Amino acid sequence: MKALLELIVGDPQADRAVPPTGQTARLTVFVAVVMAFLAVIALSVSLTTGRLAAIWADELAQSATLRLPANAETADALLEAAVDVLQTTPGVASARVLSPDEQQALLEPWFGPDLPVDALPIPQLVEIVTEDGYEAEGLRARLSAQVPGAVLDDHTAWRAPLLQAASRVRLIGWSTILLIGATVAAMITLAAQASLAANAQVIRVLRLVGARDVYIARAFVRRHTIRAGVGAAAGAILGVIAVILMPEGDGQTSILLGVGFEGAEWLWPVLIPPLSAIVAFFATRAAALRTLRSMT
Amino acid sequence: MIELDKVSYGYNGANLFSQLSLTLAPGSFRFLTGPSGAGKTTLLRLCYADLRATAGKVRLFGQDAAALDRDAVALARRRIGVVHQDCQFLDHLTMAENIALPLTVSDRVAEAGANLQELLNWVGLAPQAGQLPPELSGGERQRAALARAVIISPEIIIADEPTGNVDWEMSQRLLHLLIELNKMGKTILIATHDLAMIRSMKSEVSARVLRLKDGQLQQAGADL
Repeated sequence: MKALLELIVGDPQADRAVPPTGQTARLTVFVAVVMAFLAVIALSVSLTTGRLAAIWADELAQSATLRLPANAETADALLEAAVDVLQTTPGVASARVLSPDEQQALLEPWFGPDLPVDALPIPQLVEIVTEDGYEAEGLRARLSAQVPGAVLDDHTAWRAPLLQAASRVRLIGWSTILLIGATVAAMITLAAQASLAANAQVIRVLRLVGARDVYIARAFVRRHTIRAGVGAAAGAILGVIAVILMPEGDGQTSILLGVGFEGAEWLWPVLIPPLSAIVAFFATRAAALRTLRSMT
Repeated sequence: MIELDKVSYGYNGANLFSQLSLTLAPGSFRFLTGPSGAGKTTLLRLCYADLRATAGKVRLFGQDAAALDRDAVALARRRIGVVHQDCQFLDHLTMAENIALPLTVSDRVAEAGANLQELLNWVGLAPQAGQLPPELSGGERQRAALARAVIISPEIIIADEPTGNVDWEMSQRLLHLLIELNKMGKTILIATHDLAMIRSMKSEVSARVLRLKDGQLQQAGADL
């Protein structure tokens, strides 16, 4: 960290001792811009997926559905018994019987709008809102005793694959960011090595007048670190603009709507330039010292 | 200060010289002469650890040069000012920046200000301070190389053909600068093939002349 601070404060003389190399400089900045842009996009997708999965999982975890057998003769009695059980079950905040219109709306995507719900033996659904202390297995046992044929769906079957899918998407997102970081490190290393090779005579002169390897490395490290930081800042700004220009949505229904950052998440794109500079600092330092060791 | 003890060095398997010994005592003044290709520059490079002897020992300030790591070599070179035959400047830096380079790389850049101006005046290059090396004449470059060699107040000054690219008047002036430094206590080793120039200094300095020929170092006649 001390070395990084010294680097930021800088020694312009050390920097001037090595002549600028235009082509390498432009390539380093270009790579930093592109990588930072991609990192912002990957971050926004990853964070949005995580947020969306959390909302969905939370909603599913706080609700359950009770399905009563479609038997016209016993329907009312079963419904009454079921509501009684639910109202006396700890952890059940409320139980609401779905109306025929709501049930029809649920079936409409599959059977169309003209389905005669009244004429068909469709199970009655009860929406249950749960809170802390809700215990699904205990409720199932009571329902099987008092409401024969009732099926309690606590949404576990829906939630698990959803959480798994969201977790995978987030993993892919973070892996992408790590790969971007590794690519930046590799590109900076190559640029630093090319720069050192192009300045072999300068390095020889510096050594002849008593320069230590760490001094020579400092000039290259400072230069590449600043380029990576400045390039990443430009790339992060472009990435944020791209994210802001994405179509807006409620952030709950689809990942395609509402991709972006919320609240403290905005710190991530701000962190990308300094993180890029840190990656460049260590990559260049390692490459420079290794290359200088091999130069006799 | 610098001691070569039965040192051998060669290129492509053939020895340029072998079993060669040389001691540079504090405050001494030595000329190294010999025909072209005799190995004068090679011998000087061994003295400032730019080359490693294939046999024998080189001691810099009492330490075995072969055992020094790169950092230790760098620190030793700060005690040795070298005037290279081809000057070895950085062409993208001004003459003032080139002359101050030994201080800059030693993180002693703050000392450059006063020393630099004094040195530029001493070698008569104050008007050329802001110029780039390719813009200077051979003589000006040689004087600048001497200024760079002494700016860090080294204990030893090694000069490789410092008068090679200059006219007689300028060579006299450069030699007088080196004699002045020797009178200030600096140890001087100058490689040159210019015997007339050495003879001209006879009355001004007590120097020994060493002749490198056929891989052997010999004392060349009496003191100047």
